[in-house]
Amino acid sequence: MSEYTFRIWRGDSASGEFVDYQTEVDDGMVVLDVLHRIQADQAGDMALRWNCKAGKCGSCGMEVNGKPKLACMTRMNTYLEEDVIIVQPLKTFPVIKDLVCDVSWNYDQNLKIRPFKPGPADSDGRYRMSQKDVDRVQEFRKCIECYLCQDVCHVLRDHKRTDVFVGPRFMIRAAGLDMHPLDVEDRIPDIRDEFGSGYCNITRCCTDVCPENINITDNAIIPLKERVADRYYDPIIWLSNKVSGLFQNGSRA
Amino acid sequence: MNADISEIQTFDHDVVVIGAGGAGLRAAIECSAQGLNTGMICKSLLGKAHTVMAEGGVAASLGHTDQRDNWKVHFRDTMRGGKFLNQWRMAELHARHAADRVRELEKWGAVFDRTPDGYINQRPFGGHRYPRLAHTGDRTGLEIIRTLQDYGIHQGIHVHQECTALKLLKDSGKISGVFGYWRETGRFVLFRTKAVIMCTGGAGKIWRVTSNSWEYTGDGMEMAYSAGAELIDMEFAQFHPTGMIWPLSVRGILVTEGVRGEGGVLLNSENERFMFNYTPDRFKEETADSPEEAQRWLDGDASARRPPELLTRDVVAKSIMKEVEAGRGSVHGGAYLDIASRRDGEYIKRKLPSMYHQFKELAEVDITKERMEVGPTLHYMMGGIAVDGDTQMTVVPGLFACGECTGGMHGANRLGGNSLSDLLVFGWLAGKGARDYIGQLSRPLQIVPEHIEEARREAVAPLNREGGENSYLLHEELQNIMNDVNIVRTADGLKRAIESLQELKPRLANIYAAGSSQYNPGWNQALSMRSMIMVAEAVARAALIREESRGAHTRLDFEGENEEWGNINILMCQNADGSMDARKVQRDVPPDHLAEIAYANLEDLEGGLHV
Repeated sequence: MSEYTFRIWRGDSASGEFVDYQTEVDDGMVVLDVLHRIQADQAGDMALRWNCKAGKCGSCGMEVNGKPKLACMTRMNTYLEEDVIIVQPLKTFPVIKDLVCDVSWNYDQNLKIRPFKPGPADSDGRYRMSQKDVDRVQEFRKCIECYLCQDVCHVLRDHKRTDVFVGPRFMIRAAGLDMHPLDVEDRIPDIRDEFGSGYCNITRCCTDVCPENINITDNAIIPLKERVADRYYDPIIWLSNKVSGLFQNGSRA
Repeated sequence: MNADISEIQTFDHDVVVIGAGGAGLRAAIECSAQGLNTGMICKSLLGKAHTVMAEGGVAASLGHTDQRDNWKVHFRDTMRGGKFLNQWRMAELHARHAADRVRELEKWGAVFDRTPDGYINQRPFGGHRYPRLAHTGDRTGLEIIRTLQDYGIHQGIHVHQECTALKLLKDSGKISGVFGYWRETGRFVLFRTKAVIMCTGGAGKIWRVTSNSWEYTGDGMEMAYSAGAELIDMEFAQFHPTGMIWPLSVRGILVTEGVRGEGGVLLNSENERFMFNYTPDRFKEETADSPEEAQRWLDGDASARRPPELLTRDVVAKSIMKEVEAGRGSVHGGAYLDIASRRDGEYIKRKLPSMYHQFKELAEVDITKERMEVGPTLHYMMGGIAVDGDTQMTVVPGLFACGECTGGMHGANRLGGNSLSDLLVFGWLAGKGARDYIGQLSRPLQIVPEHIEEARREAVAPLNREGGENSYLLHEELQNIMNDVNIVRTADGLKRAIESLQELKPRLANIYAAGSSQYNPGWNQALSMRSMIMVAEAVARAALIREESRGAHTRLDFEGENEEWGNINILMCQNADGSMDARKVQRDVPPDHLAEIAYANLEDLEGGLHV
């Protein structure tokens, strides 16, 4: 057992301050355990979100010593006793109270994405997919919606362009649908115009913080950017679209 | 009395679904499909419910991995797993419809692992005769909740997030509203509605070692009970045999049964595969009796019988406890679970990625190289709100329930994988049930303002006191009391627990929460103490009444199953004076066609048509 100092942001959307708490830490504890102990002993009304305490629900995202982390998966033995551990809410989203912020914007982005639309089933009424094709999509579907990637995305965090870019979380959701072997919906125009694929500068900060180790940038965002480029900017495709467009127009006339 | 409720924010819905886990989402989707104006309220953010913790898979007799499987074998397995205490009709409906509900998920975008010929793959699991669990690695629950969520948000459901229900409101006996509060602001909210579907999950937080999150406080059971509904089978609480036990701070976190399904074995400190010593007579015919046979089964030999590690959860949990008692436990008082020596590292990482991650991050154990240490953890409540199998309605008109908060489907012990299928099937049925009920309502329902005033006064009381009981400490005391209502029980211990719970109740009236009502976990916890204590009392009382050992209920003073008790379920409800009434109810005689299947030879069922 050892004693640590936690410096936790307490306050709401109007005002707040960092408050120090001294607390005992036992072997094997994670940051969330310590926050619970502080809640029970010293600050019963300290707000924080958590659910599964096993890295599966993505509720307890916060910034610990400046790094976005899941509190339930951040072991205390990664910090030194003499360090002050600074805990604050995700910076990208407006604070509600203490460590809880308003993430409703994310739910709005999800609604923008056209839902899954399966093609026709096989003649026996069932769907077939190969595991290999499924593997690619399953990587994106591992996402636990903790929004740590949204928190570090420069477009959202620094440039505050929540009006034009849906953020890495929803780029991988779009990728998961676009690469779904059964899906037949066309989302490429949305990905360019509504989701803002062009805004990502491929700094890979989102990939670095993903607790599920999803290769967000390389496996989802870059392929989507390529699909957009193929559709809108490939000169040969552009030309053939023009020609076939003329042909179709001609045949209709 | 001033009972002005006009300033309370009010929503109008045809139906309000309380809870947004798998059951809530599936019920809400069905309600919406039936044309109902549907509201769904959830204590957390949407998509964070406990369903994400389900790992191993969803049980459905798709027959993709073994064509001999069909709904009848699934039904038979479920009844045998539940020690024949399940409600016949629920177990039948569940087994009949599970496969269609899983296929439907695929149409909504779920991505399950595949067989070599491209169909939904199925993995073996405890108590299931054939590989039956459709799965997505070891994060099937997440796949299902995300599929339902992403489909559901486009179905016109009104989702009210971070909203906690406190009380059901009635008009001359019929459900007419829900009263609750917003977590963010602490403000109260009223939902006028014609029907309520309770989908609030279990009450695992009354025990210390549990895989459940803070939300599992039994509030749905308490609200239904207080509104006049009955609870059934409350003595049956499932201890999952394999929870993490070290380090202490992660004690209770689930280790999926999928580890054993993929070939993992349980070992004691003497390196003995001890489960071979614990096969109950009822399962001997279908269980391997040597490591050699178990190995052949793992290698795909259809004539080999299943390894004993895949016996039902009650059996495995008790076996681990017995090994520990006999001095053959692991270093920290559990058993060793070994997959490292059974499968290669890449396979483990592909099929059990979350387990790999979880042990690596939380315990610094590499499960592709080392053994895990595991022990029983409270995981699921078989008992809960009693409902009609076909409609999911309780005895309270307009009150429906589905998922873990209900009782009856799983009897004395739930098979792994049967809870994800349970919530799909009964969520679907509850939506239909609510539609039928609402369709025959003849007059508009009223809200009685006094009922709200009472609930509001009770809710703000902890904030208005100068001091009093600390809710966190009270919760700890409750968990201590429940040590007597654990995996093994005695009359003395249960009586002691019931007495202590009585002493806890008056202290509830003096519970105190510091701070304001705005996003205040201390206050939220204070408000959930009442339901936790109610559920704890129901479990303890039912456990004291059932004088036998069956499934998840083990009495040291009444060993073994008793035939007479096999015909009895325990129902509980609230007396007019607020005390708890428990009564023994004779079970229905099963319809012939179900009895035949339940007691049939496997060979007859495998043909599918014989009975």
